[in-house]
Parts: sequence; structure tokens; C-alpha cells
Amino acid sequence: MANRARPLGLAAPTLAALLLALVMAPLAAVGWRGADMTLRPSDWMAVRFSVTQAILSAVFSTLLAIPVARALARRRFPGRAALITLMGAPFLLPAVVAVLGLLAVFGRSGLLNTVLVALGLPPVSIFGLHGVVLAHVFLNLPLATRMLLQGWLAIPAERIRLAQSLGFGPAETFRHLERPMLREVVPGVLLVILVICLTSFAVVITLGGGPSATTIELAIYQAVRFEFDLGRAAVLAGLQLALGGMAALVAWTFSRPAGFGSGLDRVLALAAPSGWRRGVDATLLISATLFLALPLLAVLLRGLPGLTDLPPSVLPSAARSILVALASALLTTVAALTLALASARRPRALLELAATLPLATSGLVLGTGLFLLIQPFAPPMALALPVTILVNVALSLPYLYRILLPETRALQADYGRLADSLALTGWSRLRWLVLPRLARPLGFGAGIAAALSMGDLGVIALFAGERQATLPLVVSQLAGAYRMDAAAAAALILVALSFALFWAFDAGGRRVAA
Amino acid sequence: MLQLDRLTITQGDFHLTADWSAAAGARIAVMGPSGAGKSTLLSVIAGFFPQASGRVLWQGQDLTVLPPGERPVTILFQDQNLFPHLSVAQNLGLGLRPDLRLTGADHDQIDKALERVGLQGLGPRRPAQLSGGQASRAALARALLRSRPMLLLDEPFAALGPALRAEMLDLVREVADETGALVLMVTHDPQDALALDGDTAFVAEGVVHPPVPTVELLADPPPAVQDYLGRK
Repeated sequence: MANRARPLGLAAPTLAALLLALVMAPLAAVGWRGADMTLRPSDWMAVRFSVTQAILSAVFSTLLAIPVARALARRRFPGRAALITLMGAPFLLPAVVAVLGLLAVFGRSGLLNTVLVALGLPPVSIFGLHGVVLAHVFLNLPLATRMLLQGWLAIPAERIRLAQSLGFGPAETFRHLERPMLREVVPGVLLVILVICLTSFAVVITLGGGPSATTIELAIYQAVRFEFDLGRAAVLAGLQLALGGMAALVAWTFSRPAGFGSGLDRVLALAAPSGWRRGVDATLLISATLFLALPLLAVLLRGLPGLTDLPPSVLPSAARSILVALASALLTTVAALTLALASARRPRALLELAATLPLATSGLVLGTGLFLLIQPFAPPMALALPVTILVNVALSLPYLYRILLPETRALQADYGRLADSLALTGWSRLRWLVLPRLARPLGFGAGIAAALSMGDLGVIALFAGERQATLPLVVSQLAGAYRMDAAAAAALILVALSFALFWAFDAGGRRVAA
Repeated sequence: MLQLDRLTITQGDFHLTADWSAAAGARIAVMGPSGAGKSTLLSVIAGFFPQASGRVLWQGQDLTVLPPGERPVTILFQDQNLFPHLSVAQNLGLGLRPDLRLTGADHDQIDKALERVGLQGLGPRRPAQLSGGQASRAALARALLRSRPMLLLDEPFAALGPALRAEMLDLVREVADETGALVLMVTHDPQDALALDGDTAFVAEGVVHPPVPTVELLADPPPAVQDYLGRK
């Protein structure tokens, strides 16, 4: 191409190199530090527990999501669209809040045990493997349902028409339309959830623990925080990387994105069988809604009274969290846009790698590596917030990149040549072409990044002292000290802030685009 | 003078060569069957597609080292000639200043150009509020403002009806007269080539032939052109 080297042409490769350094340098530190360490039996237990809980979580989430998604696909009822939209929300729901809600329903003095005791039955405990799996199902059932629902909606209308003209009943419909679709979609759903659960931290730190219910992520945290054994943390981080990295890259390659917020509606739907199947579908949908809504309702009811009497740590930590979220959103959006624009112009392996590799790591792995890198030069605690921002940027970048890439490609295809011919380059191109045309996905992506960062409880737990704690950490600490009312009140603020940030960015983008 | 100096273009199995020159202000229809490479030739001259070898020269300067926006060229595409999120006036303003920091004098110039193509008062509209013919006029108004020495038309009027198309060709001739621009217009219709009132470069079998007066070419077409026209 007849392009002279322009200063902006170097921005994307430089950025990609920086991102790769951000991901690779901690890994190198981990590898160097952990190279000569040996594994203890408890490490193998952590590996086994990580894998077991992830597999169980993925299987249960997917199995339960299949009938729910089918009911959503073939029934029309008031509130259906709202329910589908709600199913997108848990992606942005801070995991600590979900855990708190589950404790309120399934915990020691929660709703379920109150009923059981009143009936003269023994109470159940939410702690341990089944509690962790329950929380993961709560968090991932909606994601699985949305992914599967898209599978149902992707069944070609011609085939549905053919099935109707041949007089297919529910059994034939399942065998000829639904089973082939499921065979294609289910592996991707399983893998995605497996990966999410392998790196889950907030759930395990609250509901897991003890030698029999510790994941690698939690073991890393304990090694750094309680034993201050950085060598062991490095070994564990290496294990996590080997395990999660492979799974993540496989899942990313084989799964399609779930698509957020879209209407998911179309004219020709599958035939909705009547009779007992109608009752089953209704029961399924109502149970799923209750399962998802009750814990959140419990947090709301429990937290509301406490709002007037918040612990003093809540407000400063909320301010810190907002700062971290805004900084992460800004940096992630700029980075993802730079990479996506460059990639749309000319796809390059370096850019693709920089935007995908962070998936192979986890917050605690990156955190341990950065801890090792920083520690010789400065007390890691002093850099807790900048490190949290950096790690959040790295971890949400792949999602934003995936949201923006189709948009930048379309922009390049539609207007790239016209803009080039008018010498619309650099800042002018950004100001007059890219920002106005991409305002909607940029606002949406920035909202996702802000909410993810706002609710993230991971690397901050490694670094923070009292004066660096973010709001999710404070919620988790309050819950850990059994101050449940205060925890619920803080959690309410956290949820409100997360969704407010998402909404503000998303609505802002839509407004600019309108 | 535009010089295509032993220019060769390669795209997979497809090859195209051109080796001729044309005086400033010439009006040349680039005619030939579809898939012959007419649009590709314009893409190379405008800088969107690299040539395999040879040079494109304007007044002796090699253009192939310049990015598209710095070439002495205005190009009109088949569609997407206006940005839909900008007003018509802003779309024209981009032809004066890509950063759109427009002065009062710039706005006067934009108004004059709009008036010149018959769109007076439509500056504040969005392109979606224009008809197809009006959108073409707006794009030509921008060409007028840019006033580059070459005007490349990649079938921008293909979607218009015959009467509108004839009107646009009149306007193209007027714009070319006023700016003194050399016109290269892709077409597959001999009527359009005649209406341009200049020369025709026939493209077939991998060669862009040197332009010859259109009237002569059509009066006594060589065999390849005869095949294309379907005459015996």
C-alpha cells in the first residue's frame, strides 16, 4: 500500500507489545521464582478441587439451562423480553454480591434452613464443594441460557417451516432440529463456563476454604497473604496458568460470543406444545426466575435498613472503586479501540495475540507476578490501586476487543477508502469518523469494562491494606466478619454503582450515536 | 499530464497493464466488460491498491509513494460518498479541511458550492434526507471545493435513472471545466462515454488501451470493441 510511515501507524504495535509485556513479564517472574520448587500434596488437592468444582459447575449450569432456554425459545408471555434482558445482568453482577445473596437464602440462618428447621428437618450447610457449585450455577445459569437461546434462535426458519409442514411433534422436533443444534452449541457453553469457574475467586474465598475446598486461585492468595511464601505462590500460579490457560484458549477458539442485550426475537418461532408440557415450561421458568431473583431480593431487603448506618470504611472504598473503574474503563476502551482499528485495517498476528493472551491468565496469576516484580523496589501495598487497574485492563481487554472488532471492520469496509481519499487521518479521523460512528459499541464496551472492574475482587485482595481496600473487598471482609447486615448494605451500594456506571456509559454512547 | 508508465496490476490470477499518457484536462471514459479491471485501475491511481510494477505520474511526479489523501485526486465511489453522521455542509467541509475547523470564508465557499450544484439551503441536512441525485450532487460539490487536478468517477451514478444520469454527466463536465480537472470515468455504457464528450480508453483482456476520441472509436470500432458492443 502506498502509505508513508505515519506516527499513528506505530501506536497499535507499540500498544500490543506493552500489553504482551504486561501479561508476559509477571509470567516470567512467576516462572523464574517458582522453577525450583516442588509441589506439596495439598497443591494437588487444590488442583483436583479446582477441576472438580469447575466441571460440576459447568455441567449443572448447562444441564439446567437447556430446558430453561427451550422454554424461553418456544413460549411467548408478558415479561419475556425483560426476563431475557435480566439474564444478561449477572455478567455484570459483582460475584461477592451474588455470594451474599446466596448466603441469605441458603446460609446457616437463611430462608431455606429456617423452613427446614420449622419442619423439623436438619439444616444444610452452604459451605464446601456444593456451595461453590451452587454459587457458580447461580452466576452462570443465565449466561448458559442466553448462549443456548441463541442456538435455538439460529435454527433456520426454513427448517422450522419444514418441520411444521411435516407435522413434527415435540419428540421429532427434538430429534431433528434441537439435538443437532445442541450438539453444536453445548460444548462451547461447557468450555466457557469451565474457564470462568477455574479462575473464580470471590465465590471460593467465601464459600470454600479448608484443605478440602481450596482452589488454586485461593491457594495462591493464601500463600501470598498468610504464609508470605512467594515461591509457593509462583508454583501455584504456574499450575493455574497451565490449567486455565489451555482451557481458556480452547474455549475462546471454539465458542461464539453470547451477544448481550439484543432483542433475541423473531417472527417464526418453534411450535409451542400444549398440554402438560406447557405446565412444565411454566414451572421451569418460574423456578429459574425465583432461583435468580430471591438471593438478590434478600440482599436488597437485608441491606436497605443498613444504608443509614454504614461502616466508615464503605464510602472511601466506594470512591476508590469508582476511580479504579473509571480508569480501567478509559484505558481498556482506548487500548481495545486502538487494536481493533489497526486490526481492521490490516490483521496482524501480534495484535490478535495481545488481545487474546490475557484470557490465558487470571487475576491472581498476574497479581502474583506483579507482586514479585514490584516487591524488590517498593512495598506492593503502595501500588495496590494502579496494579488493580492494570490487571483489570488486561482481563477485560479481550471482551472489549471482541465487541469492537466487527464494528471497526464494518467501518473500514464502508468508509475507509472515502476517509483515506479525503486525507482524514489521525485525530481528525478519530473525531469525525470513528467516535461518532462507533459511539454505541464504545459506550457499551466502556460500560462493561467499568462494571467488571467495579465488582472485581481478585488482585486487590492480594495487595490491599486497609487504606487501599475497594468496595468489593470491604463487602467480602464484612461478610467474613459475620457482619451480614452491614455487608448487605455495602453490597447494595456496590451493585447500584456497578449498574449505574454501565448504564451511564451505555446510554452516553447511544446518545452520541443518535 | 497523467502518465501510466508501464503500469502492471496483479490480483491473484488477474493481470492488467497500462502504458499511456493523457493531457491535463482530458476527459476519458474507461469502458469495457465487467471484471475487466476498470475499477481496479482507478483504485491504483487513487492509492487504494498497490501496483505490481511501473509508475503513475502526474506532471512528472511519481504518485505511487503518496497516501491516497495526498494525491492530486478526487474520487467518487459507487456509493458511500458521504458520511451519514455528518451534515451535508460538514461533508463538503471535509474537502476543505479534514479537521473541520472551518472559518467564515470556508462556510461561504461551501454555500457557494452547494448553490453551484443546485442544493442551496440543504447544508444542514443529513445525507439520509437527500435523494440519490442530490447525494451525487453533494459529492460533486465537494469535488468542486477540493479542486484537485484529477477527478476519478467509479460509476457513482450507476444507481440513477437515465435522465438523472445525463444531468449528472452535464454537471461533471461543468465541474471539470471549472476546475480544469482531468476526468477518468468508469462506465460500461457507450452512451455515457459519448456524453462525456472526450476520449475512451477501452479495457479488455488485461490491457487498458490508450484513449482515443470516443466518436471515432464508436464510428469504426476495432474487433474487440465490436464484440463488446454486440455489433456485427
